[in-house]
Amino acid sequence: MSAATDHIIVQSSRTSRAASIVALLLLATLLAAPWWAGRADLRLFGEIYLYVALACLWNFLAGYAGLVSVGQQAFVGFGGYCLFALAIFLGVHPMAAVPLIFILGTLISIPVAVLIFRLRGAYFAIGTWVIAEVFRLSAAQISALGGGSGTSLPVDIVRAIASSRSGREHAAYWAALAVAILVIASVYLFLRSRQGLALQAIRDNETAAQAMGIDIWRTKFFVYIVTAGLTSAVGALIFLQKLRISPDAAFSVNDWTAFVIFIVVIGGIGTIEGPIIGTIVFFLLRETLADLGSVYLLILGFVAIVVMLRAPSGLWGFVKSRTGIELFPTTRRVEPRRN
Amino acid sequence: MSIVLKLQDVSKAFGAITVSDELSYELQSGEALGVIGPNGAGKTSMFNLITGALTPDSGSIWFNGTDITGMSAAKRCRSGIARSFQIPQPFGAMTVFENALVAATHGAGLTKSEANEQCLSALEQTGLLPKANILAGNLTLLERKRLELTRALCAKPKLLLLDEIAGGLTEKECHSLVDTIKDIRSTGISIIWIEHIVHALLAVVDRLVVIDFGRKIAEGEPKAIMDSKQVKEIYMGIEVDV
Repeated sequence: MSAATDHIIVQSSRTSRAASIVALLLLATLLAAPWWAGRADLRLFGEIYLYVALACLWNFLAGYAGLVSVGQQAFVGFGGYCLFALAIFLGVHPMAAVPLIFILGTLISIPVAVLIFRLRGAYFAIGTWVIAEVFRLSAAQISALGGGSGTSLPVDIVRAIASSRSGREHAAYWAALAVAILVIASVYLFLRSRQGLALQAIRDNETAAQAMGIDIWRTKFFVYIVTAGLTSAVGALIFLQKLRISPDAAFSVNDWTAFVIFIVVIGGIGTIEGPIIGTIVFFLLRETLADLGSVYLLILGFVAIVVMLRAPSGLWGFVKSRTGIELFPTTRRVEPRRN
Repeated sequence: MSIVLKLQDVSKAFGAITVSDELSYELQSGEALGVIGPNGAGKTSMFNLITGALTPDSGSIWFNGTDITGMSAAKRCRSGIARSFQIPQPFGAMTVFENALVAATHGAGLTKSEANEQCLSALEQTGLLPKANILAGNLTLLERKRLELTRALCAKPKLLLLDEIAGGLTEKECHSLVDTIKDIRSTGISIIWIEHIVHALLAVVDRLVVIDFGRKIAEGEPKAIMDSKQVKEIYMGIEVDV
């Protein structure tokens, strides 16, 4: 008998199997939300889903590929503007535009990646911000979309989504839920794959990863452009909910990057669960403290500092290091074969 | 026997510090070559040049008849050159098994089932199988060194570069390591081994190269090299009265 015949490799655990049953029940409940939740709740849930998607994508980029971008608002805004442009100029149905925007976002990110991948560390971060500013200034030049003051989605296009207001809200809600599930599932399946193994190795030690046959540039490039495409699709859905776009709102570093970084850092960078936990904490704080004005932002900063000092790997990282629990198991474990 | 590796006048300098000075030698297929020299002689830099972590300023490096001087580090690994690091470089947040799996899937390009089999057998060979599910960041220094060897083996190399892998081992562990390296060598893998534990090195290698200030100062049969006055003076740092 050899080690190979005596052992098997497993990726799931009892906890993860129980978590997947709970997740399915939760998903069914959330899918049915239009029948049990109020209009304001649906809008809030939709916003939460889109932030979960943005946070998972930023975490994928920074937490796994080590690409700390502070310019992801470039793709949120790009996606939003593409939605308006495709719908207004080309008559594309807004829902059908979303997958097209994924492709456009991926394509536009290729020259961006080729340019900014020449930069390292802090220079890379600043470079991404500069690119986002270039995107914002370019959008402000498009007079057909309102230039610097922006524009609203025409009524006939809004009605094309659904004839009634509630129908439109339900469609926007389900689209947001679908994109959040798509993003989480994509990240999870990628991390369980052969390429995901490479990405985790890069996260831990680039020198060793390269010496073990991993093409670091190509892996990071792939992660960057796919993340950009999906972030653009999320951006399109954000402005489909808002029905209005302007350069300042679309390319806001605060809304689409700073808050997202806060979410990932407090939730747990480099874990799939972290961004989800972080989004829930962020919205709990926002919904209970937002009326306090600037004090609310001070409290957010305080929470971030406390978490970074007491649990540097985030809330989920703290739980995982003490319990070993993985709700989305990517770790491969060696177990004795039972006959 | 064919030539697996050939270094031809390879030079590399960082400002005024020369880490490789027109270094040339050849390694035959299945041969085990030992490399010795004082600290800072340029031994690890030589491995960095062979594996592509450093690019030479001049000269060329040939592997199995192909000029690999401009080839990326990842491609060199995939073509059959694997190394261990003097200071272990584990993937700290991944398990021991996953560390090995990275090398088997990306370095050796094995399929899922082949890679699993290769990793389990390499872990068994290096005695790390009981630690397979432990995060590599939690291993002791000695276990990390074994993991370095395991990963290099999982990449299924034609040329294995070992960098001070016996440092810090007890006498018993050192004997066990020598046996493991002899086993590896018996499979036909060519080996270059940098080591300060000379008795371990001499138990395995066919030939020794001595490096100082990036230059090759001696090359030949191990006993003759270790007995030479020049090596004793430069490597041991002592004056020898003949």
